[in-house]
Amino acid sequence: MVIRSEFTDLRRAQQALLDEVARHGYSESASFAIRLAVEEALNNAIKHGNAMDPDKRVTICYEVDERCTEVTVIDEGRGFDPKRIPDPTADENIEKPCGRGIMLMRAYMDDVQFLGGGNQVRLVKVNDRHGSRDASD
Amino acid sequence: MQQQEPRLSVSVEDGVSVVRFVDEKILDEMSISEIGRQLEALVNEASRPRMVLDFSGVSHMSSSALGMLITLHKHVREKDGDLRLASIQPEIYEVFVITRLNDVFRIHDAVSEALESLT
Repeated sequence: MVIRSEFTDLRRAQQALLDEVARHGYSESASFAIRLAVEEALNNAIKHGNAMDPDKRVTICYEVDERCTEVTVIDEGRGFDPKRIPDPTADENIEKPCGRGIMLMRAYMDDVQFLGGGNQVRLVKVNDRHGSRDASD
Repeated sequence: MQQQEPRLSVSVEDGVSVVRFVDEKILDEMSISEIGRQLEALVNEASRPRMVLDFSGVSHMSSSALGMLITLHKHVREKDGDLRLASIQPEIYEVFVITRLNDVFRIHDAVSEALESLT
């Protein structure tokens, strides 16, 4: 799915994904995690990646089955080095109003990888209702 | 200019503004910006703002919403006021814990408790 760098498009794309997640019977906590992480990834892509440029697009690829959800968000920005993002929980940053999105993605998803120079993020969430024996498959 | 819908429900108890969010999901950038504007208006109209934010109706929040709360907190403190957060659902409270913002904000289990702490 390819969307414009606009928040109305973000909402529509996110809802389509969440409908799939609901259809596959994910737990409430897993659905909460996916909604939050995808919100942060799409916000970052639109605001920071594409700098709200209406001519730039965000590509969202997702695959949902009963075991796991995998989402990749790609923007048309220059990318970034996630290692250089300051720790938002450090005393000197704790009262800064931004910089917590990546931390939340990492906290709520089972796997988060930045690819392609930082303009792609791949998010994976295992469906805990499906049983832990499948989590490492 | 288009009139914005109220995003907050505000009551005053013993001089303290108790603010309930109309939205269940505080995710959307435009909504967050408008909620922030309406909260800032409450801060600006008080000489020493005292405010309890009631999160009982909020089921989802993004990092942008956290940022808006941090900015609000700063402005309340600049006016020598007090800000309390209350009735945060466990899933949302976890977001505050992960980001260590539970150390920054005074958070109470219930609005009544938050009001007691201000009187």
